[in-house]
Amino acid sequence: MSEIAVRVTQLGKQYRIGALYEQRYRTLRDSVTALFNPKERQNQERIWALRDISFEVMKGQVLGVIGRNGAGKSTLLKLLSRVTDPTVGEAEIHGRVGSLLEVGTGFHPELTGRENIFLNGAILGMKRSEIERKFDEIVAFAEVEKFIDTPVKRYSSGMYLRLAFAVAAHLEPEILVVDEVLAVGDAEFQRRCLGKMGDVAREGRTVLFVSHNMSAVLRLTDETLVIEKGQLALRAPTPQAVDFYLSRGYAQVGQRRWDDDEIPSSAYPFRPLAVRIYNPQNKVVDTLRSIEENVVEVEYLLDAPIAGLRVGIYLMSTRGENIFTSFDTDDPSQFEKLAVRLAGKYVSRCILPANLLNEGRYVIGINASSYRVKRYFQDEQALAFTVDAAGAPGMHWPEPRLGAVRPRLDWRIEVI
Amino acid sequence: MAVRVDPTVTYIRPARGWLAINLREVWLYRELIYFLTWRDIKVRYKQAVLGIGWAILQPVLTMVIFTVIFNRFLGVNPGEGIPPEYYPIYSFAALLPWQFFQGSLQRASISLVANANLLTKVYFPRLIIPFSSVAAGLVDFFFSFLVLVVLMIYFGIPFTLHLLWLPVFLLLALLAALAVGLWLSALNVQYRDVQHMVPFLLTAWMYISPVVYPIDVIDVSPIWQALYALNPMVGVIQGFRWALFGTHLPTMMILTSAGMVLVLFISGLFYFRRMERNFADMI
Repeated sequence: MSEIAVRVTQLGKQYRIGALYEQRYRTLRDSVTALFNPKERQNQERIWALRDISFEVMKGQVLGVIGRNGAGKSTLLKLLSRVTDPTVGEAEIHGRVGSLLEVGTGFHPELTGRENIFLNGAILGMKRSEIERKFDEIVAFAEVEKFIDTPVKRYSSGMYLRLAFAVAAHLEPEILVVDEVLAVGDAEFQRRCLGKMGDVAREGRTVLFVSHNMSAVLRLTDETLVIEKGQLALRAPTPQAVDFYLSRGYAQVGQRRWDDDEIPSSAYPFRPLAVRIYNPQNKVVDTLRSIEENVVEVEYLLDAPIAGLRVGIYLMSTRGENIFTSFDTDDPSQFEKLAVRLAGKYVSRCILPANLLNEGRYVIGINASSYRVKRYFQDEQALAFTVDAAGAPGMHWPEPRLGAVRPRLDWRIEVI
Repeated sequence: MAVRVDPTVTYIRPARGWLAINLREVWLYRELIYFLTWRDIKVRYKQAVLGIGWAILQPVLTMVIFTVIFNRFLGVNPGEGIPPEYYPIYSFAALLPWQFFQGSLQRASISLVANANLLTKVYFPRLIIPFSSVAAGLVDFFFSFLVLVVLMIYFGIPFTLHLLWLPVFLLLALLAALAVGLWLSALNVQYRDVQHMVPFLLTAWMYISPVVYPIDVIDVSPIWQALYALNPMVGVIQGFRWALFGTHLPTMMILTSAGMVLVLFISGLFYFRRMERNFADMI
């Protein structure tokens, strides 16, 4: 029997919703009125983001954590990394916790790569001497030698990410908490990150790995927790846990729906309902043909009017490459016409033109925001779909074509 | 079974009641204070042509404005036995700690909200954030202090041993900014009204401190003087003037101000610690 690294006993976290969380922050006036209005104080509804969670992790174990958005995975990690306090229960952590909750936290765009390594290292709890010792290794891992004295605001997003991961990965904590860092970055970098995390585990350190990427979870972990509506639904060997999770019907075909409990309160007053893809026969499909026009539809509710709202989609390949971003008010005249969107139910639809995408698997993300005011909602991996390229240009040569797009270009051949 | 306390084990439990102030932990993270302070200073003057020159220009220009308006136009004189033509350095001696206090408090009060991304992602003692934003003001202070030395030579003010007391008064100003900063930064997490209130608060605060006028204009009765000195900056400013010009040493005033700073500081620490556990959820 090996030693325990983390022991969680009936841990729970309750959030108050109502005035406090719907308005994002309250004003002094609200507090004063609430003080004289006891009814309103009681009305503040409470929800359990996490309830009655108990588990143990042994030293050197890599444990996966999976669940839908809003199931409570992030809350669990926040509790374990001490960002927020639990409402009930207890957790016992043996050793230093390093969290990779969001790489690049604490990076300052104006500072150089070198300066950010020191700053970020200190934020993550490293000693200066420790950072100095590992400095070269970090720089080499991130492959940013040439740009180490350039402000990171001039870095490409790939370089930025590599540097941020490199700092965190060299923290050498006894317990490493990883939250969906691999959703971004190119395939090669993802491979190296996974390798680094494998090393961490082999050195006898513990990893808690939260991800939506089932293949990464399968590859990296032996055992996995499935969290559902704030509770521990299952702890099982990973293949079994992934099966259980996928068979719960969350992976809907051709459409993604949101239940109320999956929508963060910060999204208020925006409430996403569904994203779906229709083929020209008006059927919701998971596989569409590249030579046809298909329709992407985002259905949502506004509980209150929003000024300057734009609802849009991101398209990404499953390898993580960004293909495009498009908003429903990209047309300036449309944007002026819809200066304020009143409360109500809406559908924003767009046509995915024919002869655009290459064969392969793609991911649609959605975003609802008011430019420079607030991002109400974002889900980068709302819906995955497959493109069948039958009949697309060049299909008479049965060779794979590189690239996410496969346009039908107007070629003219002249003899000159 | 014996209860073994293992220092490498962290227990995560619901926080209840008033928490002890864990200064030992702040000490463990002292390098982070250094790095955050250094970041604040570095970033403040990046992409500014004059860079750190602003730390000199700001108090100098303010001194010029004060001299023209209050001294020349309104006829405010230094008092305390100092000749009228010394008004520029007389006001500068007050501006030096005042601007340090003002800048530090301004930064400290918004510091938690400005570092929201850190608070919601990483654990470290939250006290470090207001600590380092106050500490970042020390660099500006150092540069304006150089101006003071130049002014002293220009006005022929003798360098006395009293000057050795300046660090003590600077420390008092620092603690005052930190004390109020702890209160305001924690309040600002919950009530963003604070950041709208701070500029006004500081303007009013300057006028109730003897920055542009001499302390003589305040009623000399001991009760009024004591009430007046409840404003911590009164003790600081009078301390600075005593160290520079050898005016009357206002011992009682300085002690009153220091006592007030202590009260604000300790209550601020406790309030901050109490609010701390909810920062990540409320911010």
